[in-house]
Amino acid sequence: MSDMTATLPPRRRNRSWAKFKRNRSALVGGVAVLIFVLIALLAPLLPLADPIKTDWLMLRKPPSDLHWMGTDSLGRDIFSRMVWGAQASLQAGVISVCIAVALGLPLGMAAGYFGGWTDQIIARVTDAMLAMPFLILAIALAAFLGPSLTNAMIAIGLSAMPVFIRLARGQVMSVKTEDYVEAARALGLGHIRILWRYILPNIFPPILVQATLTIATAIIAEASLSFLGLGQQAPAPSWGSMLATAKDFLTQAPHMAVWPGLAIFIVVMGFNLLGDGLRDALDPRDNG
Amino acid sequence: MMRYFVSRVLVAIPTLVLVSIFVFMLQKLLPGDPILVMAGESRDEATIQMLRERYRMNDPLFMQYLYWLGDVLRGDLGTSLRTGLPVTELIAQKLPVTIQLAVMSMVFAMLIGIPAGIISAVKKGTVWDYLANFVALSGLSVPNFWLGIMLILLISVNLGWLPASGYESLWNDPVRSLQTTIMPALVLSTAIAGSLMRHTRSAMLGVLQQDYVRTARAKGLREKVVVLGHAFRNALLPIITLSAVMFGELLAGAVLTEQIFTIPGFGKMIVEAVFNRDYAVVQGVVLVTATAFITINLLADLLYFVLNPRMRASL
Repeated sequence: MSDMTATLPPRRRNRSWAKFKRNRSALVGGVAVLIFVLIALLAPLLPLADPIKTDWLMLRKPPSDLHWMGTDSLGRDIFSRMVWGAQASLQAGVISVCIAVALGLPLGMAAGYFGGWTDQIIARVTDAMLAMPFLILAIALAAFLGPSLTNAMIAIGLSAMPVFIRLARGQVMSVKTEDYVEAARALGLGHIRILWRYILPNIFPPILVQATLTIATAIIAEASLSFLGLGQQAPAPSWGSMLATAKDFLTQAPHMAVWPGLAIFIVVMGFNLLGDGLRDALDPRDNG
Repeated sequence: MMRYFVSRVLVAIPTLVLVSIFVFMLQKLLPGDPILVMAGESRDEATIQMLRERYRMNDPLFMQYLYWLGDVLRGDLGTSLRTGLPVTELIAQKLPVTIQLAVMSMVFAMLIGIPAGIISAVKKGTVWDYLANFVALSGLSVPNFWLGIMLILLISVNLGWLPASGYESLWNDPVRSLQTTIMPALVLSTAIAGSLMRHTRSAMLGVLQQDYVRTARAKGLREKVVVLGHAFRNALLPIITLSAVMFGELLAGAVLTEQIFTIPGFGKMIVEAVFNRDYAVVQGVVLVTATAFITINLLADLLYFVLNPRMRASL
């Protein structure tokens, strides 16, 4: 963010921020995300029941004063598992997108900047990766890497990478002909310096928007992999695996299925609203 | 026309080759040696050598890839370790089920997404616009496996209207087949409907500002004729091509939906293969899905070309 704001002219930066603040749905999305981030960060400090402690006398109890969201099939407190599950979900969303950006951005920038064979090779590999549907690719990679939250994050990150390669490539191609890049080249600056100092900050806004929207996709993907048993492993809590358990007790304990799905829905909606809001606010065509 | 078609096919070929290399490498990246697994507990050296020879494991990697590709091109995707059946046969059994689901989902998505997009664009800034946008974003944000569980809870468990799981072929019993697939198809359609609504809205907003729409209105045509007869017909083009591309995504989206509703399709097969470590099936599914995806994209490109007179005129 700092890179981006550092390069936007102050007037445009203020205009973007003012525009973002006026967008009520973006603010709602931002607040929803913030609440979940705070919950995830504060999980260790909150006075919660042990999320993995089983209680055979409290199996599948509906919500009560003692257990606000009820208990699961092993008598564990659902509220506590939801809070700790938020940590797993957000961590997976953010880390997998960081992996995707860390790998995709340099490759896309190199393809767009150098062109020629570098571009041809990277573009064809990207096309091939994009031809494999996101979830199937993530499932296949997670299966080959072995089931764990870390491997799920790597699988999701690798599957999301081509989107960033393509985006960065296109953005660099349009920016590299700008006068200030030509000027930097005329001054004799090296490729790396030009890419880092002059091009990266100017292609950052669309990357930030895409990253925000991809976090939403990554959270659903992590929940999907955990639902299938390829993500977070028992007994550690995750929203996806909680739903997988809940599916087997639909008639006896429907409350088990409601909360994790609702949480995924709200946090994904939050990131989508936030991403849409950022896109509108950072769109230079609208900012004049 | 022919030149355009050939150039598009030529671009798709390297992509397909790269996909095949990736799928081949998936197997090579596997931890452990499959030959040792096949040799059984005794791990007799002669047997291991014989198996290595038979499966050409002693050849250079590139030659192994070429042999594998040759088999694939002849329609041999290997044999499922679990069932002992050829992977091609398994895919041929399961794919029609998923295609039925995908077609039904696409119909739902179009029936919901396109009218919602038109209304949203025509009534821009009104409560209808906000409502349609909210519904579209909800469709894009809701995890479809959760929506599936909630629908089962409401419609099957509480109301008893539709079966919660199972599948019946369309040819055996059409009514039962529709009963078993209507809920999963609806669930699968939510994200596509949301996406279609957003694209229809933006395409319609673009078209509604065009001069010919203003002229149509100035001629005194009824609003319905202007919107549907003039504006929508021109906005339809990107929507059709987008729908074609999205159809490929439905094949992947079916993975979880089939799992929830216990539908014996393509998606359920890949999940079972993953858990049974039946890697030939996983490879086969990834390869077939990617090939289908590339082919559908190619067809969408051609469809765009055929339907768009301006593109044809430019050649």
